[in-house]
Amino acid sequence: MEAPRGLRVLLAVILIGLVLFPLVGERFYIQYATKIMILAIFAMSLDLLVGYTGLVSLGHALCYGIAGYALALVGGHAAVSLWWSLPAAMLVSALAALVVGVLVLRTAGIYFIMVTLAFAQMLYYYVRDSEYFGGSDGIYLDVRPTLSLFGWAPVDLGNQLHRYYLTLALAVATYVVLRSVLRSPFGRVLIGIRDNEPRMRSLGFPTFRYKLACFVLAGALAGLAGYMTAVQDGIMNPEQLGWHRSGEALMMVILGGMGTLAGPALGAGALMVLELVFSIWTKYWQLLLGGFIVAVVLFLPGGLGGVFARRRGGADRG
Amino acid sequence: MAEAALRTEGLSRAFGGLAAVSGVSLECRSGSVHAVIGPNGAGKTTLINMLSGDLAPSGGRIELFGEDVTGLPPERISQRGVGRSYQKTNIFLGFSAFENCRLAAQSRLPSSMRFFRRAERYHEVNAAAARALAAAGLGDRGDVRAAALSHGEQRQLEIAMTLATAPRVLLLDEPLAGMGAEESARMVALIRALKERHAVLLVEHDMDAVFAVADTLTVMVNGTVLASGRPSEIRASREVQQAYLGEGEAHV
Repeated sequence: MEAPRGLRVLLAVILIGLVLFPLVGERFYIQYATKIMILAIFAMSLDLLVGYTGLVSLGHALCYGIAGYALALVGGHAAVSLWWSLPAAMLVSALAALVVGVLVLRTAGIYFIMVTLAFAQMLYYYVRDSEYFGGSDGIYLDVRPTLSLFGWAPVDLGNQLHRYYLTLALAVATYVVLRSVLRSPFGRVLIGIRDNEPRMRSLGFPTFRYKLACFVLAGALAGLAGYMTAVQDGIMNPEQLGWHRSGEALMMVILGGMGTLAGPALGAGALMVLELVFSIWTKYWQLLLGGFIVAVVLFLPGGLGGVFARRRGGADRG
Repeated sequence: MAEAALRTEGLSRAFGGLAAVSGVSLECRSGSVHAVIGPNGAGKTTLINMLSGDLAPSGGRIELFGEDVTGLPPERISQRGVGRSYQKTNIFLGFSAFENCRLAAQSRLPSSMRFFRRAERYHEVNAAAARALAAAGLGDRGDVRAAALSHGEQRQLEIAMTLATAPRVLLLDEPLAGMGAEESARMVALIRALKERHAVLLVEHDMDAVFAVADTLTVMVNGTVLASGRPSEIRASREVQQAYLGEGEAHV
């Protein structure tokens, strides 16, 4: 399960590139890169479900959007500290995942896809039609959360550059935490469940509990991404809860390679960069993007991250 | 006489109108092999599925060391000391042989809700996995990916994983399926060794193997017990010969 060498080198290069990027990038691109990194966190959290546990959720935006709305409601008009508002928002997402998880994890396969979608859409329509959540316009954040340490505030979240680096740090932290979780006994159990759940049960693992814990962890990390989206965009609207969001994240996971962790982060980058490039070229950019996704699925079944894994697999056989 | 490790009473399971297993009562004691034989469709696999908790009985009772475990889910049955191997090899092909056993052994930690320390660093789990591998005769094959093992070795790994959960009762579902003569002989020796410290319930088609290891035999036909007793008694039973063994010999 160790990341293949080629992939690790690529990740290191990308990381250095991201650290240096603001030196050369224009403001628009720094903003865009921040969004990509947020979506990379979101995609990695979804990979824990889809790629490692075999739980294909089409409602992951529920946990993502909820955390963003939590921040917008509490800290939209009066600045709150990130130190408590971020954990609190993630907790709200985790609780939502717990409640939804207890219900949806009783199903499997296509039914799981449908009920996760149904729960997310229920919340989407409720929020969209509710005054309290600002209806379809959403909620603006007049102020951003504060980040200070004993009165010392080196990070100003009103500053795009600071948001960029905070997001980068959080994306790296998410990767490191998930990688360590996946190597732990817990992570092994998840992979076992993905590959053969009945066998895991007959070995004595109460698999429902592990799936639920996984669902909650993935939900909390989706919450991290949603919180940062509210911080970055300065607005939270119902679209962030909708199935487009969930579907896009699923696309990133598939494009990047399910069950490769770093792959879905690459997938987020690839999808967003191509969207930008194609949309500058032509107004039919969605056609090109769709074609690209079909091509990847057809010719790289392991996704972009799988290119490295496959090469290694070939060496094993040789 | 020692208490039965595993005992069933009038165990039944119907699928719709079909009684796959009906009224099966048997006992399995520590230190002995109880083999269940019968033609295809006799209900042997349905029986073992009920014993392992994979299938809920529709009637009757299952006792494990004197306690009622009827209808418990497979993970609870496993935690109470029952290990099961499957007829169709059921291992994690992407893991190495050792990792397969480590995952199985991990199930005996009080909980695997352990998120940060690497799985490789749980020494008691590693030790249990290594013991199980060695006991199943795969001591030197731990680093090989399960998918790269030979069929016979995969069958051994299937049993090694079961052993890694430290069971007291073993349910072996056709462990010799698809094996060559040499592999079969090794598996028979393994089952004989396992019987020392386990109660073994064996479902098997290979009659030579069954008569070589079984202390007790139960013959099932159409979901019911036709005869049960020592191998010599079963061999001598005219009823069994007609219903099953004779039929088999007629083909030879």
